[in-house]
Amino acid sequence: MKAAVIVFPGSNCDRDMKVAFEQSSGKPAQMVWHADSELPDCDLIGIPGGFSYGDYLRCGAIAGNSPIMKEVVKKAASGTPVLAVCNGFQVATETGMLPGALLRNANQKFICKDVDLKVVSENDRFVGGFETGQVARLPVAHHDGNYFADDETLARLEGEGQIAFKYADADGNVTDETNINGSCNNIAGIYNQAGNILGLMPHPERLISEQLGGTDGKTLIDTLINSLN
Amino acid sequence: MTEITKEIVAEHGLSESEYERVLDILGREPNLTELGIFSVMWSEHCSYKSSKKWLKTLPTEAPWVICGPGENAGVVDIGDGQAAIFKMESHNHPSYIEPYQGAATGVGGILRDVFTMGARPVANMNALRFGRPDHPKTRHLVSGVVSGIGGYGNCMGIPTVGGETNFHSSYDGNILVNAMTVGLADTDKIFYSAAAGIGNPVVYVGSKTGRDGIHGATMASAEFDDDSEEKRPTVQVGDPFTEKLLLEACLELMATDAIVAIQDMGAAGLTSSSFEMADKGGVGIQLDLDNVPMREEGMTPYEIMLSESQERMLMVLKPGREDEARAIFEKWELDFSVIGSVTDTGRMVLTMHGEKVADLPVAPLADAAPEYDRPWVKTEAPAAINGNDVAESNDLGAALLKIMGSSEIASRKWIWEQYDHMVMGDTIQRPGGDAAVVRVHGTDKALAITTDCTPRYCYADPETGGAQAIAETWRNLTATGATPLAVTDCMNFGNPERPEIMGQFVGCIDGMRKACTELDYPVVSGNVSLYNETNGTGIHPTPAIGGVGVLKQSDHMSTIAFKNEKDVILLVGETTGEMGQSIYLREIEGREEGAPPRVDLPAEKRNGDFVRAAIHDGLVTASHDVADGGLAVALAEMALAGNLGAEIFQHKTDLTHTAYLFAEDQARYVITSSSQDAEKLLERAMEAGVPIEIIGTTGQNELNIADMLHISVSDIRDRHSNWLPSLMDR
Repeated sequence: MKAAVIVFPGSNCDRDMKVAFEQSSGKPAQMVWHADSELPDCDLIGIPGGFSYGDYLRCGAIAGNSPIMKEVVKKAASGTPVLAVCNGFQVATETGMLPGALLRNANQKFICKDVDLKVVSENDRFVGGFETGQVARLPVAHHDGNYFADDETLARLEGEGQIAFKYADADGNVTDETNINGSCNNIAGIYNQAGNILGLMPHPERLISEQLGGTDGKTLIDTLINSLN
Repeated sequence: MTEITKEIVAEHGLSESEYERVLDILGREPNLTELGIFSVMWSEHCSYKSSKKWLKTLPTEAPWVICGPGENAGVVDIGDGQAAIFKMESHNHPSYIEPYQGAATGVGGILRDVFTMGARPVANMNALRFGRPDHPKTRHLVSGVVSGIGGYGNCMGIPTVGGETNFHSSYDGNILVNAMTVGLADTDKIFYSAAAGIGNPVVYVGSKTGRDGIHGATMASAEFDDDSEEKRPTVQVGDPFTEKLLLEACLELMATDAIVAIQDMGAAGLTSSSFEMADKGGVGIQLDLDNVPMREEGMTPYEIMLSESQERMLMVLKPGREDEARAIFEKWELDFSVIGSVTDTGRMVLTMHGEKVADLPVAPLADAAPEYDRPWVKTEAPAAINGNDVAESNDLGAALLKIMGSSEIASRKWIWEQYDHMVMGDTIQRPGGDAAVVRVHGTDKALAITTDCTPRYCYADPETGGAQAIAETWRNLTATGATPLAVTDCMNFGNPERPEIMGQFVGCIDGMRKACTELDYPVVSGNVSLYNETNGTGIHPTPAIGGVGVLKQSDHMSTIAFKNEKDVILLVGETTGEMGQSIYLREIEGREEGAPPRVDLPAEKRNGDFVRAAIHDGLVTASHDVADGGLAVALAEMALAGNLGAEIFQHKTDLTHTAYLFAEDQARYVITSSSQDAEKLLERAMEAGVPIEIIGTTGQNELNIADMLHISVSDIRDRHSNWLPSLMDR
């Protein structure tokens, strides 16, 4: 199992993702610089959180056009799994790897806290460690996590099992009150049609031990890594 | 050439006697650029001319101190060849005028101070003071400052792990924004600012220089009046993405041995960085200003030297290492320009367009800065208010609920949820406890960090207040199980030319000195912000203290949350009923009166050492220092954090219930333990001479205090968590 983590100049969760991958796999993850035009040999790609190129324009807009992302798109199309977290999710939507867009949070504020997430669709590779319908707890930390897509896209995501997580309460109820950032249908994370790309606003790499406050992130990453062994 | 008139001298904030001194040093009249340089170098902000005499009295040494005050930040040894590097700094005036950018650049500045020394920043903290909640500007300022702090730190990817916030009318016209950064470095890779090596290149890196922030340091050294809004153009604009690039590029270059000295360009920009580097190295510097990367055309030498554009650094490199360094900065897409060299003349010589535009001696300008022994008067200490001087409350439950929902005690969650406090993956104690705790990456160690000050105590009795601020940080670190190491101070006061204000400063320093000495807890860095006044009204004296401690084993950390049903609750320390300046008196009786609680330093040390050892030995399941609001508030906070109630027994003191529950006696902690361990704790305390008492047990979902009060934890939570959102989101 070889994991690669993409590093933009303003990435700031790259080390956290590397640490989480290495904890689960016991093998070193490779850091790949944004200006590179080739990916190393790898069978998992992580696109981490941060502020890729400052994100003063639209989050992830410039990163979406970077040399390395062209390679990531190609490799993902050939079936390599991609975990795109937070800014990584924004970048993935900018490249078209995932549908929709991430807008400014409805309350106009940065939000950093643990949230409850309902596991919506089956996808053994990413959420096989949870029961469908179960609640997982992961932290969010974003200013632009308000997922938007047109009605047709939303219907397809709902109908074809492409929604990974929805913002919920501790009992798994998905309501307006639990929708922390105004996302369409409370969407916190989605898969592509082929199911090998997961984009999500919450940060699984941040809750990987009891000392950090929980292990649901570890469950997700362990599952992903194990699926590749 | 501009003629230097009396008016121009006055506009530059120099007194007549200071200008005489300029003429003496130069033996001629300065030109405008030179006058501008004197003006910022001798501003209160850069020269500490009113405070230096007193700052020198603070203890700054301990066996674990690697570098005390005088460099960009303080450095302490945390074992295993690693050091913690930290400092707190004010950005008060800019934040009042333009809250988002003022606060953001305050964070940017303190981050640079820390990474200039070779440290990777690992945590940000802050200490904020706003006006009264219903003041028309308060909501705007809170909103702007909080989003500015978040905007900068979040983008940099440095967790903002906590802080403190007060609201009081004394800050209505002059808020305080104090930002602190803690970084980590190897003890053999620490960088200093003394320029050395005649002929070595002087290099400028980072953002280009623009016309922003000219005379920011001078603004920070004057009082506000009704026209202060017009000073908006003197506030700098922050670019955290560029700072992130600068951080990574500097650390990458620091991993080589190419750097001789490095200094960030903060207040007074290129002027103060170049003078400080030359002065510390006892050398001269020549700079060719044509080579300074500039954002706009037609900038004058005056503007270039005084600009406070952000995200810039000045370095002296070893000869022949320019290309290697340039490649790193180009990789990170930052400007890199050799702008001068180190000389043996002891002078700062600036040229532009082939002409000499300034020629100043370094040492006299830097060292012979004016130093004042300003007249001061001691603050008259008010009479103490003892428990029995305060009427018994007829509804203790209602009083506690009111206090839990008061501006002083209510939850700050609305603030810290806007800060990324988890990035870097090492935050093991999040905001809301006694201190934040971050692991030292890849080790078993952790750093505990806190900021504290109780301005109402300092106002009533500066000496006691100064000692209390130090002691409270020490106690907060101790309550996590950490060993306190050292502090940074951010001294926020009014106009030092008024003897009563100077008396507050002298008193606070004296109290701090005593506490630091007794607790073996030196000051390693700091900052002074004076002239925090508007239209002649000063703020409460506010010596904000940032404390740092180390936990050798992070899994020994303690938190304030009640953990288990039926744990025994113990009160450590003595309760004598100190009600002066208490939150109870202010919130329930509307009185801000009396002497602050006494600070008994030997008792602080004895009780704290006892608690820390008990945590270390695994006898403690939760621990919390008793501070604002007294015992009742401490218990309520522990119940909230653990979502678990408590049953407290009838007290055996002869105090009123009100005084027992709400007095703010110092040197106290509430701890919990299993019933077996409680016996051990009692024995140990007896041996150590520490007052201790079993006061109750945890359990259920109510806080029941004998026949005094009965409140559900969820009612407390509602009051505690709703106050700030209802102020801000209406």
